[in-house]
Amino acid sequence: MAWLLALLQTLLFIASAPLLAGWLKKVKCRLQNRRSPSIIQPYRDLRKLWRKEPIVAHSASWIFKATPYIVLSTTVLTASIVPLIAVNLPTAKIADVVVLIGFFALGRFFLALAGMDIGTAFGGMGSSREMTVSSLAEPAMLMAVFTLAMSASTTNLSEAMKYVLNTGLVLRPSFVFAMLGLMLVAVAETGRIPVDNPTTHLELTMIHEAMILEYSGRHLGLIEWASQIKLMIYGVLIVNIFFPWGIAQSFSLESLGIGAMSLLLKLIGLTVLLGLSEVVLAKMRVFRVQEYLSFAYLLTLLGMLSHIILEVQH
Amino acid sequence: MEITQLSHYQQAILLLAALIVLTSFLMLGQSRLLRLVFIFAVQGILLAVTTALAADVLDSPHLYISALLTLSLKGIFIPIMLQRLVISMGLHRDMETLKNPARVMMGGTGLVVFSYYVCLPIVKLSPLITLNTIAISMAVVLLGMLLMITRRQAVAHVVGFMSIENGLFFAAVVSTYGMPMVVELGIAFDVLVAAVLFGVFFFHIRSSIDSLDVDQLNRLNEVEK
Repeated sequence: MAWLLALLQTLLFIASAPLLAGWLKKVKCRLQNRRSPSIIQPYRDLRKLWRKEPIVAHSASWIFKATPYIVLSTTVLTASIVPLIAVNLPTAKIADVVVLIGFFALGRFFLALAGMDIGTAFGGMGSSREMTVSSLAEPAMLMAVFTLAMSASTTNLSEAMKYVLNTGLVLRPSFVFAMLGLMLVAVAETGRIPVDNPTTHLELTMIHEAMILEYSGRHLGLIEWASQIKLMIYGVLIVNIFFPWGIAQSFSLESLGIGAMSLLLKLIGLTVLLGLSEVVLAKMRVFRVQEYLSFAYLLTLLGMLSHIILEVQH
Repeated sequence: MEITQLSHYQQAILLLAALIVLTSFLMLGQSRLLRLVFIFAVQGILLAVTTALAADVLDSPHLYISALLTLSLKGIFIPIMLQRLVISMGLHRDMETLKNPARVMMGGTGLVVFSYYVCLPIVKLSPLITLNTIAISMAVVLLGMLLMITRRQAVAHVVGFMSIENGLFFAAVVSTYGMPMVVELGIAFDVLVAAVLFGVFFFHIRSSIDSLDVDQLNRLNEVEK
């Protein structure tokens, strides 16, 4: 029963990720006074890409062809670890948040290899930039996770959420810092404005898009889907760790329904926030990204220090 | 005392204390003077809110008056005065970039750890719940000094000096139920006078060396080289 539920939750996760992307696009369009595409447009795009024949360069090796599948499967595995509408699921118990970061790193490693595989200039540039960004973002993310782990005494996501639920509303300085840091990291890792622009057509400013410039058809569809799932993973992580109220603790139909509804509301709130920040901010120069990420690291470091100084018994 | 055993007001004080340190770090990394002054104002407002909360938690109503004083002086009056000075001297477009921002930030974190280590024995002495924020206030003082050391602009020095005063005031509020009213009024008046005097000094420095960059003061020598 529990395993079935875990499987269903993962399916729900990966099936609703394009919906989140569509909703985010709608929010942004509304804020910019534009007419938005339909909220299910990402599904149509994915279907269109899936039907098209992938064109592969002559110089491509097996890495290039395998990468979309590896990226998608690591992302789906990551999604299965994250508690979406219920805690205590068996998939959440077998792996903790360090594994989650490891899965992301594995997917990114293959993407960077694939970017360099064809041998075009832009692919290599994109890979180099992506690696620069991620090497700075990963310590900040780990620090945020460790801050969380110091309060909850566990790195397991499900256990950490249960801990936050059980202690009720506590205004922890460390959680505020960790959340802000994690938000900054999430923006950098999912390639949103101000770090990267996912809709750009200007090759020189691309980071993530430059790596996948050579992909087309089915392969491109898989990678797009994986990045939509990744966006959703970060969103769910932020709302469920720091505001876990409403998530189902038992497997009854009623509590699962409440869990789904509360998650929906929380995600809507978070995407409105993200849409607002994307409309207000301009994309920053690539060379300023390291300042941005070192600020994220500083925030998470302050989170850990404030946990030690202010929150525990001396 | 674990944070989960405290009331929400007490938790809010701890949260605000952490945010005050954050504003100190933001000041360290800020290269534009107007934004520096703005963050200083934010720090003043946070300090005032913390003082008001402490008045409620520690049950000492005279802290409300000092919260009001802090808000009007450090949150509104001095920042507006500094802002006008910066604009009237044409410094608002100047960028003063740090040579090595990451190193300064890491130095700042080192100072936070240091002040925690130094204050640990003091915290063990007393059962007052807000007392472990004393490390935070000491960190604010040290970060203000670091701000003064790393900058060359005289206005940034004044902001650093004022934030040192913020740290001392915060320490007084959280560790001793606030200073006696006379002392507090005296200090508030001193700060006000200091702010006015600094304004006069800026004009003096600028008229004698034609800049507010204090590095140029090094060239003032009795003996011609």
